[in-house]
Amino acid sequence: METSLKMDVPVQHSLLDSTNQNIISRPIDRVEGPLKVSGQARYAAEFKLPGMAHGVLVGAQIGKGSVARIDAGGVEAMAGVLGVVTDFDLFLRNSAQGMATEAPCQGVREIAYFGQPIALVVATTFEQARHAAQALEVTYEKGEGRFDFDAEQGKAQPKDSTLSSQGDIDAALAQAHGRVDGVWTTPSQTSAAMEPHASLAHWEGDSLVLYGSYQMLSTNRMQLADALGLDIEKVRIRAHYVGGGFGAKLGIAAESVAAALAAKALGRPVRVVMTRQQVFETTVRRSNTRQRVRLAADTDGRLTAVAHETLTANLDGEDFSEPVSAATKFLYGGANRTFGNEIVRMDQVLSGSMRAPGEAVGMLALEGAMDELAEKLGLDPVELRLRNLPDRHPGSDLPFSSRSLAECLTIGARDFGWPRRNRQPAATLDGEWWIGLGMAAAARSNMLIKSSARVSLQPDGRALVETDMTDIGTGTYTVLAQITAELLGLRVEDVAVHLGDTTFPPASGSGGSFGAASAGSSVYLACEKLREAIAGQLGGDVDTLVLSDGMARMGNISVPLADLDTGPLDATATIEPGETGENFVQAAFGAHFAEVGVNAHTGEVRVRRMESTFAAGRILNEKTATSQCYGGIVFGIGGALTEEMIHDTRHGAIVNRDLAEYHLPVNADVPQLKVRFLEERDHAANPLLAKGIGELGISGAGAALANAVYNACGVRVRDFPITLDKLIADLPDLP
Amino acid sequence: MRPFDYQRAPSAQAAAELGAAAPASRFIAGGTNLLDLMKIEVERPETLIDISRLPLDTIEQTDEGGLRIGALVTNSDLAADPRVRRDYAVLSRALLAGASGQLRNKATTGGNLLQRTRCYYFYNPAMPCNKRDPGSGCAALEGENRIHAILGASAHCIATHPSDMAVAMLALDARVEVLAADGSTRTIALGDLHRLPGETPHIETTLNDGDLITAVTLPAPPGGRHIYRKVRDRASFAFALTSVAAVVELVDGRIATARLAFGGLAPKPWRDRAVEEALVGQAPSPALWQRAADMVLGEAQGHGSNDFKIPLVRRTLASVLDAACAGEK
Repeated sequence: METSLKMDVPVQHSLLDSTNQNIISRPIDRVEGPLKVSGQARYAAEFKLPGMAHGVLVGAQIGKGSVARIDAGGVEAMAGVLGVVTDFDLFLRNSAQGMATEAPCQGVREIAYFGQPIALVVATTFEQARHAAQALEVTYEKGEGRFDFDAEQGKAQPKDSTLSSQGDIDAALAQAHGRVDGVWTTPSQTSAAMEPHASLAHWEGDSLVLYGSYQMLSTNRMQLADALGLDIEKVRIRAHYVGGGFGAKLGIAAESVAAALAAKALGRPVRVVMTRQQVFETTVRRSNTRQRVRLAADTDGRLTAVAHETLTANLDGEDFSEPVSAATKFLYGGANRTFGNEIVRMDQVLSGSMRAPGEAVGMLALEGAMDELAEKLGLDPVELRLRNLPDRHPGSDLPFSSRSLAECLTIGARDFGWPRRNRQPAATLDGEWWIGLGMAAAARSNMLIKSSARVSLQPDGRALVETDMTDIGTGTYTVLAQITAELLGLRVEDVAVHLGDTTFPPASGSGGSFGAASAGSSVYLACEKLREAIAGQLGGDVDTLVLSDGMARMGNISVPLADLDTGPLDATATIEPGETGENFVQAAFGAHFAEVGVNAHTGEVRVRRMESTFAAGRILNEKTATSQCYGGIVFGIGGALTEEMIHDTRHGAIVNRDLAEYHLPVNADVPQLKVRFLEERDHAANPLLAKGIGELGISGAGAALANAVYNACGVRVRDFPITLDKLIADLPDLP
Repeated sequence: MRPFDYQRAPSAQAAAELGAAAPASRFIAGGTNLLDLMKIEVERPETLIDISRLPLDTIEQTDEGGLRIGALVTNSDLAADPRVRRDYAVLSRALLAGASGQLRNKATTGGNLLQRTRCYYFYNPAMPCNKRDPGSGCAALEGENRIHAILGASAHCIATHPSDMAVAMLALDARVEVLAADGSTRTIALGDLHRLPGETPHIETTLNDGDLITAVTLPAPPGGRHIYRKVRDRASFAFALTSVAAVVELVDGRIATARLAFGGLAPKPWRDRAVEEALVGQAPSPALWQRAADMVLGEAQGHGSNDFKIPLVRRTLASVLDAACAGEK
C-alpha cells in the first residue's frame, strides 16, 4: 500500500490526540541506548570487511596555489603501503552543502584552502598509512590568497535573494525616541561532532557500498553517485548510527570519494577516518560574521525600525551564506525594515550549515541590540519584547501557524525570578564575582521536507519501520518507535526501527530541525494507512477502530494483531511540504533566562543558572527533546563565551585545530540547565502537529548570557566569544 | 607515528643506561603528552623506554621532614595524598586544576615536569618552529600568540611551559632527583631544571641523555596560606592563561614569608625572588601588590594577541595576595 500527503491545508485533527496510548510525548529512554553504551551500535569506522585497507588523507600545506608534483616513490616503498591514490579531477575539493543533489566542487590540483585534501595514502594498517601520509612529498606552486577578513570585507558582494527593504529606515532612526546602531562580530566555528568523518567503501562489481557518517542519506547518495559518475542505483550508503553531525555531515566530505576511488583502484575495501585536525581543516565551518543591527523605537517602546545587515565569508563558487537575519525578519514588528546579506570571498575552508545556521549567530546581535534598546528606553527587556510581538509577519503579512512566545517570555520570567533583577549593571556582588541576569528570546524557523517510510505489520503482531532517515544522536529511533506504537497500539519494544540505509524509502535526513517532524509524519501516514487496512479487515469504519495492547478492537470484536488474516501488511507513505509552508510563518519559539558571574579581578565568566522555556508544537518525547535543548543551549554557551576557530591571516591555516585549544564548553562550564516545554499544537506544520526542536535551544542562548554579562559588570562586548581579555580593561573597581 | 623500538627497563639504572645508549630515545610512563605528539610526528623517538613498571610510585617522608615523591606517582595520587593535602595544599590544588580526571590518573610526576609546550605552531608540522625544527623560525612571534609567553621568551621562541604542578612545586622549593647513566645521582633545584629558550629553544632542560628523573623532593612544610589561582578560558580542561601559586605567612599584620610562582607566562615555571623579598616585612596593601606586580612584570613583553596577559597578571596577583592575607590580622 502507498499513501502520501502534501501539506496544502492545515491538519484539523491528529490521531496522536485520540489514540490515548500514553506513549507519544512520554520521556522514555532512547531505545538504542543499551546498544550504544555496550559498544554494540556500530558506527561507520567500526565495520570490518575482509581484506580491508586503511587510507589516510593528505592535506595541502599551503593556503592557496596548486600542486606541482606529488612524488609518491618514497612513500610507496614504505612498509605496508599499498598505494598513493589521487585523482586531480574527481577528489572532492569541498564538502557538499546540505541537500545538494549534485557533487560538490571536485578537482584538487588547485589548492583553495589550507588543508584541502589532495591525495590518499593507503596501507595495510592505519598506523602505516598515517605515517606514510605524513611523509608524502608534495611540491606546490604558491598563490596569493585572501586570508584576512578585515582586509577583504570592503570587496563584499551582495547576495541578491536576501536583500529586502521596506519603508525608510534612516528617517525612522532620525525620529526615534530610542535607537541602537551597532556592529556585532562572531568568529569561525566548527561543529566538533564527537565522531570524526569516516567512510568505508567497498565495491560489489560495479556497485558501491559505503558505510559513512552522514546526516542525509538520500541526497548524500546523489552527491556521491554524481561525483563518481555512477547511476544512483549503483550507490548504497549505510549509516545506522552517527556520532553527531550538527551540520558538518549534511553533505559528503572528501573521505567518501577518496575511499571509493581507492577501493576501486586497489580492488579491496578501504576505510578512511579523518583525524580530528582534518575535521577542523577540511570539512565545513560556520562562517565568521560581521553584523550591523539598527533598531529604533517610539516613546511607547514600539519598534519603528529594524535593520540587520550582515557580512559572511565563503570560498569562490560557493553560494551558501549564513542566513544571519533569518529570525530578525519575523520576530519583532516595526514598519521600516532593511535586511542585507553580503558575501566576502575568502580562501578558507568551506562555510556551510552548522546547527541553526542564521539564528545561532544572528540572535546574538539582534537580542543584544534589544537589550541595549530596553536600557535606553528604561524598559524591562521582557516588556520590550512583549510590546513588539507582531500579529502577523511584518514583511509578508502572513499569519503565524502557532507562536507561544509571549507565554514563554512571561512564564519563563516568572519561574526564573526575573522580576528580582536589578536593572543597574554592576550592582550585585557575590564575593569577588559580579552577578548579573540576562534574557533573550529564541526563534527557529520550522520546516517540512519530503520524507518516506515503510511500516510493516509482522506476522507476530509486531511492527517494523524502515526509512533511510538517520539518527545522529537526536532520538530518531525512539520517536519513530513511539509514533508507531502509539498509532498501532503496540508496546515500544514491539516496534523495530531500521534506519540509515539507502535501500529503505528515502527520508528527509537529519538537519534543519526537520528530521523528527518529516520522518515522523511519514511514519504517521503509513500507520494511518495500516489502521485503515485493519479496519477494513474487521469490516468496519476506521473511526471506530481501537488499537491497544497488541489487539484490534471494533465494536464487540477483539483480535490480536498477530491473528489478523491479512497476510503481510505494509504501507509506504510520503509526506511533502505544500501550501501551508507558504501561507504561514512557521517557527518554534522560546525564552532564555541566565545568571552569570564575572570575576571582578580576572574577567572570567561563569554561567551560574540558566532556564529556558520553549514552545515547539507537540513534543514527541519529552526526554529526547529536553536533551536536544540542553545540547543547543550548550552550543549557545560555547558561542557566547569560548568557541572561536582562529585562522592565521598569513595563510588561512586553522591555528587551534584540536579539542584542547578549540574550547567547547566542558561540564564545569555548564550548570544544571532547566528546560520547560509549553503545551502547543501546530496544525499547519504536519500531521504530528509538532515543530522542530534540534536547533531552537541555541537560538538566543548566547545572547541571554551576553546580556547577563553586561548586567553583571556593565561591560558590553559585541565581539564574540566574550573572553576575559575583552572584559578586564573595563571592569569596574570593587567597592 | 614513526616506527620505533620499545624496551621495558628492568630497573632505573638500566633505564638510564638505555637512554644514554640510544640518544633518540624517550622514556615513557603515562604517555599522555608523548603519544599525542608521536601521532602527529612532532615527537619522533627511535626508541621508547618504558619505565612505567619501575618501583618509583611511592611518596615517602624524608629525614628533613619533607616528602619524596616518586617520579611515577600519578597526578591523581599525589593530589589526593593526605600529607600533600594538609601540608602542601598549593600542590594539591595545582594538580587538580590541571587536565581531567582521566589524564591525571595516567600522568606521572616526572612526565608532568617534562611535558611539552602547547604552542599551536609546535603542534603543526607544516609550520616553522624552532623548538620542533631548529632554525626554521618561530611562527608564533608574529602569528596567533594568545597563549604565549610574556616573560623569559626570546626572538626564537615564545612558547610557554604548560604545567600547573611544576608551578606549585617551584613555589615549594622542590628539588628534582636525577639518576645518570653512570650510576651517579644528583639533585637539581626545580627552578634550574628548565632552560630559557635563548637561541636553542629545542633544548628545554638541563638534563643529559639518559638522565632519569626518579623523584621530586619537597622540603619541610612551609606553613602559611596556600593558594593556587589558575585563570583560563573555560572552567576546566584548559591550560593557564596565567596562574599564581602563593604560599604566604603573615605575622603581626606583616608578611613574614612569601613564595610566589607563576604559570602560563614563560617558557618555564616562573619565580622572582626579588619580588618575594620586597614583600617580606611589609603590611598588605593594594599599593604593595601593585609594586610587586611592577617588579614581576618589569621585563614583560606582549606579542600582540597576548598583550592582555600583562594586566591580567597584575590583577590576578593582587587578588591572590589579597586572599592570602585576608583575615589574618
